[in-house]
Amino acid sequence: MAYDKFNILTSTAVPLPLENVDTDQIIPARFLKATERKGFGDNLFRDWRYNNDNSPKESFVLNNPIYSGKILVGGKNFGSGSSREHAAWAIYDYGFRCVVSSFFADIFRNNCLNIGVLPVQVSAEFSEQIFNAIYEDPNTEIEINLPNQTITIVSTEAQESFEINSYKKENMLNGFDDIDYLQNIKGEIESFANSLLL
Amino acid sequence: MSKTLFDKVWDSHVVRKIEGGPDVFFIDRHFIHEVTSPVAFLGLKTRGLKVLYPERTFATADHNTPTINQHLPVEDPLSANQLKALEDNSKEYGISHWGLGDKKNGIVHVVGPENGITFPGATIVCGDSHTSTHGAFGAIAFGIGTSEVEMVLSTQCIMQPKPKKMRININGQLGKGVTPKDVALYIISQLTTSGATGYFVEYAGDVFENMTMEGRMTVCNLSIEMGARGGMIAPDETTFAYLKDKPLSLKGEEWNKAVSHWKTLKTDADATFDKELTFSAADIEPMITYGTNPGMGMGISKNIPDANQVEGGVATYKKSLEYMGYHENDSMLGKKIDYVFLGSCTNGRIEDFRAFASIVKGKKKADHVTAWLVPGSHEVEALIKEEGILDIITEAGFVLRQPGCSACLAMNDDKVPAGKYAVSTSNRNFEGRQGPGSRTLLASPLVAAAAAVTGVVTDPRTLLQ
Repeated sequence: MAYDKFNILTSTAVPLPLENVDTDQIIPARFLKATERKGFGDNLFRDWRYNNDNSPKESFVLNNPIYSGKILVGGKNFGSGSSREHAAWAIYDYGFRCVVSSFFADIFRNNCLNIGVLPVQVSAEFSEQIFNAIYEDPNTEIEINLPNQTITIVSTEAQESFEINSYKKENMLNGFDDIDYLQNIKGEIESFANSLLL
Repeated sequence: MSKTLFDKVWDSHVVRKIEGGPDVFFIDRHFIHEVTSPVAFLGLKTRGLKVLYPERTFATADHNTPTINQHLPVEDPLSANQLKALEDNSKEYGISHWGLGDKKNGIVHVVGPENGITFPGATIVCGDSHTSTHGAFGAIAFGIGTSEVEMVLSTQCIMQPKPKKMRININGQLGKGVTPKDVALYIISQLTTSGATGYFVEYAGDVFENMTMEGRMTVCNLSIEMGARGGMIAPDETTFAYLKDKPLSLKGEEWNKAVSHWKTLKTDADATFDKELTFSAADIEPMITYGTNPGMGMGISKNIPDANQVEGGVATYKKSLEYMGYHENDSMLGKKIDYVFLGSCTNGRIEDFRAFASIVKGKKKADHVTAWLVPGSHEVEALIKEEGILDIITEAGFVLRQPGCSACLAMNDDKVPAGKYAVSTSNRNFEGRQGPGSRTLLASPLVAAAAAVTGVVTDPRTLLQ
């Protein structure tokens, strides 16, 4: 599925400084029953965000109006657990285009890259700086520059570079996905398959 | 050049290498289920694409199915709709489909090996992180997202950078009451849930060599819980004996030819790993988890660690214990439990039911405990009956349910109520995993059985003959 191109994103950010945020928290299994990719943002962090009677839990950051933006800043080991792409869909559908963490779980990172959410891995120290800056001033803007592979806290100009492989970077910059690429080398794939024993 | 088992299988499936990018990686076997495939099929339709090799994909319904009255229509309209989508899509694209009620139906990671779809040296994916299970056969098997399901359906390939390699060696003799589940929970407790992220693991040493295929599947299944994409064990005579004469295994001369190739699938003596860890079998006791991720586990006789003894943030650790209603330095032994779940792709195989029966035989289920015993497949269910295990558990006051993922992720009605404690043989103890507000203690089938008959966390070694 095509997604919006990603170039330079400057936005305020939502802080969630917990470690090991797993995909069951991002989107609980009982909300995985759809057969279309629609409306997952409504159930993003469902059980942290709402009480049993569906009233919002005021203490949860997504219910705190002073924090908003297109960037979610999570703690270490963000997205561990299940392979459900629904977790990345929920984040995208809610309006985030970038997740920042000092460490990502593997499948979640991959899923994000496949659907147009940019996972930006920073050092533990820089992650700490971002949290501090946001807590000091919730209007703090963060600039994510994909062409230069840098993340900057706009007010302090503190900056760090981040890794992304050049293939995925091109995809994100242009809104391409892997199927476009694979379709174009189908002949090569078929001759490979013909050479296999099983 | 010397190669590891992982290198041998990975390198032989690379269609094309992309400079500065991932490998185009060919997939031999693809499993699909009702939850993570519908949007992939929708993608195919939107783009007007076909399934390139329908004979390489296998569909089974498991995540979202009831475990009682499977002969009746599924009550929840959303679940029924998903099951129908799997059936319709499979039919439309010519994919083999074992739906609810089919005698081949069961949990994808149980029925795959059981039918000989899994084989050594294969590359296997599924939109489910516990696909790592199939690594027990010396396959490279891992979970993928729905976008990748669409890629495999349409091109039989995904785009993956080659992971780093880790080997975990465990030698020695496992103690009484120590099962493959305990070995895996022990490793995860040592590595934490992110300790193997970015790596593909090979398990080596006589502890794994001496395990049955069921045990190896339990270990490889849990590889993802330490962050690894997957784990694998070199195929050997145990592997070949398990696969021989399975319905979809090769036969005759083709089988012999395959076995001689499979015998070459082992790590060369001088091959190297990016990381190598060694543990001792003697240090492992029956394990139990006390927190909200699988890394928060310990020997059942130990006390819950102090926040300052653990890796990671104190706030996250305390939040986790608070959710569980436990305290630092508590002993887990004697803690009251409400539910027991035996099943899942981790521990829903015949050996797990044998272990459970060995403890409950001649005893009675504790009155206040609700127990869900859910076989991984109809074949497991049939063996439970054939081996007399059904009689033993029935006598002890337990009921056998019908196959499916069930309370492992509680997508169906098998939900643990808020605040209640479940000793579960499944794979994740995340907040709300077994139902909103549920509290999960991960453990082996032996520990689950001991809890089921005593109603409290109990060391199974005290009940073993």
